Amino acid sequence: MNDCHETPNRNAVPLTAIGEEIPLIALAGQPNMGKSTIFNLLTGLNQHVGNWPGKTVERREGSFHYNQQTFRLVDLPGTYSLTANSPEELIAREFILVEKPAVVVAVVSAANLERSLYLVSELAALGVPLVVALNMMDVAAKEGIQVDTSLLEEALGIPVVPMTASRAAGVRELLGVVQEVLDGKRVPAPQPPEVRSDHQEVWKEVEQLIAPYVPAPYPQSWMALKLLEGDVEAARRMQAALPHDVWEQVQILLRAHDDAFLAVATGRYEWIGRTIGTAVTQHKIGQIGWTERIDRWAAHPVWGLFILAGILGLVFWLTFTLGAPLQELLDARVVVSFSGLASRALATTPSWVQGVIVDGLIGGVGSVLTFLPILIIFFATFALLEDIGYMARAAYVMDNLMHLMGLHGKSFLPLFLGFGCNVPAIMGTRVIDSWPARLLTILIAPLVPCTARMAVVAFIAPAFFGGNAVWVSWGLVMLSLLTLVIAGVLLNQVIFKGQRSAFIMEMPLYHIPNGRTIGLLVWQRSFSFVRKAGTAILAMSLLVWGLSYLPGGDLNTSFLARFGQLVEPVGRWIGLDWRLTVALITSFPAKENAIATLGVIFGNSSEAGLAGLLASTFSMASALSFLVVTMLFIPCMATVAVIKQETDSWRWTLLSVFMLLLVSVAAGAVAYRLASLLGF
Amino acid sequence: MLKGNFQIPLSDMATGEGATLLVFKGGRMVNNRLASLGFTPGARVSMVQNYGRGPLLVEVRGACVALGRGEAAKILVERSTHE
Repeated sequence: MNDCHETPNRNAVPLTAIGEEIPLIALAGQPNMGKSTIFNLLTGLNQHVGNWPGKTVERREGSFHYNQQTFRLVDLPGTYSLTANSPEELIAREFILVEKPAVVVAVVSAANLERSLYLVSELAALGVPLVVALNMMDVAAKEGIQVDTSLLEEALGIPVVPMTASRAAGVRELLGVVQEVLDGKRVPAPQPPEVRSDHQEVWKEVEQLIAPYVPAPYPQSWMALKLLEGDVEAARRMQAALPHDVWEQVQILLRAHDDAFLAVATGRYEWIGRTIGTAVTQHKIGQIGWTERIDRWAAHPVWGLFILAGILGLVFWLTFTLGAPLQELLDARVVVSFSGLASRALATTPSWVQGVIVDGLIGGVGSVLTFLPILIIFFATFALLEDIGYMARAAYVMDNLMHLMGLHGKSFLPLFLGFGCNVPAIMGTRVIDSWPARLLTILIAPLVPCTARMAVVAFIAPAFFGGNAVWVSWGLVMLSLLTLVIAGVLLNQVIFKGQRSAFIMEMPLYHIPNGRTIGLLVWQRSFSFVRKAGTAILAMSLLVWGLSYLPGGDLNTSFLARFGQLVEPVGRWIGLDWRLTVALITSFPAKENAIATLGVIFGNSSEAGLAGLLASTFSMASALSFLVVTMLFIPCMATVAVIKQETDSWRWTLLSVFMLLLVSVAAGAVAYRLASLLGF
Repeated sequence: MLKGNFQIPLSDMATGEGATLLVFKGGRMVNNRLASLGFTPGARVSMVQNYGRGPLLVEVRGACVALGRGEAAKILVERSTHE
């Protein structure tokens, strides 16, 4: 750690380092600026998606070559500012201050320079070498906005590179400028913004008070600014660093100026105004583009809901006409023939080896993987809707309905994803910016009936209810959604005391989808699902298989059966015997296992035979109870694993499991009693 | 005319109307998010969509932003006298 002093003198890149160590470049930018497009252009498949340490924020890092040299590229989370309102903002600024990237490329939109320069105005105060990527030149040109790049460069004191990333234009130029900054041929020297004049004095006062105590690597005036903005993280740090009496003095100043955040933001926008005043020749005011024209329908409180319903219907239709048959095909052909092949290849090995491979590995992981086609359809349609900018509209029109649960529109998106699979739904809650709202969404998301549960319903319902199966299925879906809303309302009242998070969301301009961006997104999400199937789901499948095999090699006397018999009293109460109870328990690794388990218990009969066998064994009341419990039961293992990962808390994970266990058993009991009363 | 006719909450602006932002005060997070999106005193705002209930769409500093009605009610604006 070289200890150069706080003054914004930036010689950050020692020339000797080049060639010896790989230069680190960071990409910063507000959402919807095309930052990901630039990242994908530069790194292609040389990228790694993970999490920021200790956080559930996606971390994308990659590498690229330019002039026979390798560069590391880190994609910072997209943020509007660098005030610690969200984990994303904290991550972005800590990375810049602590990791000290050799160059930070700030992506801004030429079509909306005023707003997008806000982040640059914050970056300019951090004392890192900056390069501005002036993206979306094509959109700006279409809207009649002309940006004089050299004037802007001069006003900013930062190199500016015009780009149209969607057409890969300007990438080489950007790299050339980054290289020049690395080589010290160009030295970015921005003049950081001031606070609006009426608050400059208090800013100086705070700075003087804290100056001797500000820990490295934070610039003193920056820290004073963050305190004025009411930044909790800055306050926490300085409270720890300052002697008690000094902290008290600072507190008094801050309390007397609790509207200082406006002066700080205004100061930044004044800085932006001065900067673009000379460089941008035509302001767009009251322009009616096609975004506004589409939004008259897509964002309309009534028509918007119809359009959304239509789009969702289309996604379901695609899933069931394309995805479901593919899933069945994979299950019937690939998994079964793999099992057959494996059984024959392992014919000479002990029966437990066959069991592990055929039932545990292929049966467990294999059947989970057959859902991949359905997921790919979901992922692709979602990526497409996201990329063209529709998702913000879906959130907007659903806002009113989501308010019932104390949530807002953004929570709708991950919940919808849950119809495909609850796993991506829980991961998708990352779009929600407030933690209580996100947690609540995570807790209710498992109540969205996923395709695996629908597969169980599709098998059991026709066997028992014949022509009424469609209505029973529809009723079960409605029951799940109703339970979801009730759970949401209650949880919001009990745990979150009815607090409501604010709905503030930018509506991006619609644009032509980028195949590369969508393809990469689908690839990454599918890959992470497959990886999960290969790890957590694999382990659990083997465990369940072991319990169903040990100690004697016979399911009827296995540990699993004994456990089923142990909890049978509960099962009896809701009309399930030990076989249905065990089926329910084995649905934990994967919901559709319930059918496979019944198949094993009833002696490996063909599925058509199994349906008839079940119908002659159990009453309709028992079947209804079984279906109700299946719909609302504890989430599958993969979902539980993701809940743990995303909440980073066993407490919330277990709460989710117990809540759903309780709800499902209670609903099952009611269904069984009612159906029995009616004589089914 | 009463002064109150000119100073109204953002949520009372009609679709197509323009105004100048005066001041707002919500929670800390809301404050900072609004400020970074360009809602600062003196900024011009125009109402893109307001159906009287539910969220609304506002244009500020060249971008369109969706706001919950509750958030919009806490922002005070001054109506433009000529529109």
